Amino acid sequence: MDRPLTRNIQPNGSVTRLPEYLQTGGYEGLRKALADHSPQMVQQLVKDAGLRGRGGSGFPTGVKWNLVPLGDGAPAIRYLVVNGDEMEPGTFKDRYLLEGDPHQLLEGAAIAAYAIQASTAYIFLRGEYHEAAARLRDALAEARQAGYLGEHIGGSGFSLDLHLHTSAGRYICGEETALINSLEGRRATPRAKPPFPQIAGLWGKPTIVNNVETLCNLPHILRNGADWYRGLGRGEDGGTKLYGVSGRVKRPGLWELPIGTSAREIIEEHAGGMQEGYRLKGFLPGGASTDFLLPAHLDVAMDFGSVAKAGSRLGTGTLIVLDDRTCPVRMVLNLEQFFAQESCGWCTPCRDGLPWAATLLKDLVEGRGRREDLATLERLCGFLGPGNTFCALAPGAMEPLQSALKYFREDFENYLPPQALADAAAGSLLAAGGRHG
Amino acid sequence: MNLSPAEIQAIQQEASHYERPSAAAIEALKIVQANRGWVSDQDVEDIAVLLAMSPAELDGVATFYNLIYRRPVGRKVIHYCNSVTCWMLGAEDVRLAIGARLGIELGETTADGEYTLLPVVCLGACDKAPVVMVGNRTRFRVDPAGLDALLQDPEAD
Repeated sequence: MDRPLTRNIQPNGSVTRLPEYLQTGGYEGLRKALADHSPQMVQQLVKDAGLRGRGGSGFPTGVKWNLVPLGDGAPAIRYLVVNGDEMEPGTFKDRYLLEGDPHQLLEGAAIAAYAIQASTAYIFLRGEYHEAAARLRDALAEARQAGYLGEHIGGSGFSLDLHLHTSAGRYICGEETALINSLEGRRATPRAKPPFPQIAGLWGKPTIVNNVETLCNLPHILRNGADWYRGLGRGEDGGTKLYGVSGRVKRPGLWELPIGTSAREIIEEHAGGMQEGYRLKGFLPGGASTDFLLPAHLDVAMDFGSVAKAGSRLGTGTLIVLDDRTCPVRMVLNLEQFFAQESCGWCTPCRDGLPWAATLLKDLVEGRGRREDLATLERLCGFLGPGNTFCALAPGAMEPLQSALKYFREDFENYLPPQALADAAAGSLLAAGGRHG
Repeated sequence: MNLSPAEIQAIQQEASHYERPSAAAIEALKIVQANRGWVSDQDVEDIAVLLAMSPAELDGVATFYNLIYRRPVGRKVIHYCNSVTCWMLGAEDVRLAIGARLGIELGETTADGEYTLLPVVCLGACDKAPVVMVGNRTRFRVDPAGLDALLQDPEAD
């Protein structure tokens, strides 16, 4: 089976340097793009291949590029930005690509920059990825030295300056307009859309932000064609996908598999199933901001459409396993505390709503819960849902909460103190308030 | 201006990559912090002059990002991951063990100025949880009972 993305990634964690990268066909995709394809042809090829964004939203990559104005009358400056801000809890796929095969990313970035005719590009890397940063710096120097980046690449008319930017924390930087603000040296608050970055992004110029894994697919699509790429997937989506599993399984890890592989095959075969003494209670299919699925969903194909039909999202494709000895309410509390902390504070529903949800959950697990708190949590899932907030952070935060309330209701209710106790507690609170008032 | 010529040169080099010098704000803060351990009020003023920003605007940036320290920290910051997978696999035990071993709570620095203990969000190595970063070095499958290796590794910088 073809594993194009990870073919150069060594189990011992070592990095593939330029000579080895060239031996496995490295930079052939870029050469082919520059020699035989117009930018529009590259865009069409990637559309035909069915490549969808691997950062979590699954937007078709070629369609995204197509929104960038090109040709006469278009702005002269355009930017490509690589989103290497991998910070979705439970997600560890881009780390492997960045540390194991940095040239694959550089080649993909160069192809994407060519497709939108950007002559400057940035890699936005999260600040904690020190090893990846060092390896990218080496790879950038090698690629510039060998003429795969810089002026007139491969003797063509295309030139590209590619710079590495290392960030300084904050999950919100992964949101593409917040990332653009951060790259401009500002606080990472998201921007109002429209205008979309494809029209007005970095310093108001047309800008494409693509995830690391997305870009790593491009050299292979260019080398082997759209039909080959489509054939790699098992369902309607094209290509392979990096799937990961963490939690109490026998072999946590990461595997490159046909997109559309079932959750069962990933968890039971590749991750070796649950550890002795633990049973599967549920799983988050694609990181912290996706809805829980149940053991009954194990045969769902892990592609964008099938996971959506099952009531969740493919997200980043890295599964977090909930075992029967971990409390789902406490797990959701951990998630909501994360989201509350990482809210940028710009819009009120997110800034105030997430700490509210986290506080209600904390009260619940500490025995101070009231029955009406569960109804409040349910209402918050709507208040903080799609359309009510400035960006997707809070709606994403509500996905594990709303699905946990649906699937693990009993676990929530088990934390409620007996009614008499609850009433008494409420009464004494009122009395205390009265004394201080 | 109390920035060194080397710091100024490194900041200007970063600034040359962007349409506007202020885009180098975060890199500039990190350059100064790498040399001095943290970013003082004076540093903020000096960097702001260099990047044609107001000190208030730059401080708004500096205080937004959790990897920029506006107060002194130890020579090595220990970041323990408290996100979901590490939490499930014992992050709290790791935190308690480190805290007890060093005699510090979250946010505190040891009396000898060596270590500061802080939480951090998912470090992107959930298949090797629990994960801790000591200085710039990420350590995997951390065992609360085996902290000697974590704290005494000479390579941990």
